[in-house]
Amino acid sequence: MGVIRRNAMFVLQVNPILCDGFGHCAELAPELVHLDEWGYPIIGREPTPMADIGAYQSARYAERGCPRQALHVAKIPGAAPVSSLPPIPRPVSRGRRPL
Amino acid sequence: MIAARTLPRLFAGATNHPLSLQAHEEMFEPVGPVASLIDELEASGLVGRGGAAFPTIRKVQLLRAQRGHKYVVVNGMEGEPAAHKDNRLLSNNPHLVLDGAEMLAQMIGASRIAICVARDIPAVVHHVERAIHERARRNLRGPGIDLHTPPWRFVAGEESALVHWLDDNESLPQYRPHRPHILRIGRGPALVDNAETVANVGLIGRYGAPWFRALGTPEHPGSVIVSVTGAVTRPNVLEVNLGTPLRAILATAGADPAPQAVLLGGYGGAWLRGDQIDTPFSNEALAPLDLSVGAGIIAVLPRRACGIAEAHRVVRWMAHESARQCGPCAFGLPALAEDLVTVLRGGRDGVSAIARLSDRCGVIEGRGACRHPDGVVRFVRSSIEVFGADIDDHLRGAPCAGSRDKQRFLTVPALEHEEELIWE
Repeated sequence: MGVIRRNAMFVLQVNPILCDGFGHCAELAPELVHLDEWGYPIIGREPTPMADIGAYQSARYAERGCPRQALHVAKIPGAAPVSSLPPIPRPVSRGRRPL
Repeated sequence: MIAARTLPRLFAGATNHPLSLQAHEEMFEPVGPVASLIDELEASGLVGRGGAAFPTIRKVQLLRAQRGHKYVVVNGMEGEPAAHKDNRLLSNNPHLVLDGAEMLAQMIGASRIAICVARDIPAVVHHVERAIHERARRNLRGPGIDLHTPPWRFVAGEESALVHWLDDNESLPQYRPHRPHILRIGRGPALVDNAETVANVGLIGRYGAPWFRALGTPEHPGSVIVSVTGAVTRPNVLEVNLGTPLRAILATAGADPAPQAVLLGGYGGAWLRGDQIDTPFSNEALAPLDLSVGAGIIAVLPRRACGIAEAHRVVRWMAHESARQCGPCAFGLPALAEDLVTVLRGGRDGVSAIARLSDRCGVIEGRGACRHPDGVVRFVRSSIEVFGADIDDHLRGAPCAGSRDKQRFLTVPALEHEEELIWE
């Protein structure tokens, strides 16, 4: 719900079959994507913390800007933040949530 | 009943022609009602014989948990040009493979069995066809068996490419970001196993896990079919006990007793140096050397051969066999082949080509949808490491004796024109 868990992570994944080497991702997410000598993206496999908002936003830009729709931002949910506070009770939903 | 510690097991009763259903049942006794196939398979510790050595029971359990109209796919495609084991197995005793496929179907609750054999070898297709008809005539109950004949390509035997063919008539690998991935034909989950693995299931279902474990090593039990090629006087397909010293297997095939190197695991595999051939042939013993049994290919390279020239031919062919779906594979593998040519020519360009080769290997690795580029990278890295002396000769401008000789030892099919490649 728009809340970024402190230790959640994300990975930018490319479908190599769809990818045709347009190279838009390297423009849109230069901190995550490098191009190899043939123009195909090299993307690190290590997850980036969601707390790095700039990187996350560029990953989203790259995902949306790919002309072949070959990119996907996979979120890896982190463990819930350690807190001594009791969890906030969620309101009981009745049917469909209002938009 | 075959005694526990005897070989051959899978090739028992093999003659020049395939065993008929009646001869097969006299040899191996008919399949009776089996109490706990799953438990026997788990206790047997059978690992896949297609190359990845994945525990078969894990696949079966994964598929058991799925719902829907399931398939058992028997992979007899034999993509490796140096391997002949599945063809030999299917033309010696197709019924053993079909028995195993029926047992797997019973385990996962599959309603159809698909046997896949490359259409390029009509004799094998014919033998399997006949075996299926023999069973149909006996009116054996159970899942329906279909024969499928995709075109022969190196990557067509890759499991996702095979399922893609069954699903959509295209032998191209699929993108699978999440592992384990359930391959599907339409919406039905498919269990894909190599023909030799399936034949072993047919034996385990009859005689049980302790019988199966009587051969082989604790971690890697059973027997394995190997195809010995290269510098041997009797190129052959043999069934051997896992854990046999490699030297003994080579001696059976009449190989050079002091080879330069031995290629294990096929063209996506790696080289074993000639002085290490006393290593037992099993994944346990080969793992410390970064090698594996793979699909049971043993290709012997004699001292007089040039390892780099051989590696170049293999890599060029593997590059040609790429499905050209993923950029790093479609462009990277030809680049590797080019670099190997530069090394062969030697000189100053060769020195930079060696550096570029290892850079490109790092760039290409792990970036394809299937493991085809990774296999080639593994092969190239191992060639650079093992044939260091040959490389030094070439770089000094004194090509090794083997490269001047026109004789080549590894089997590589002729390259076709790209427009002639058949994928569907």
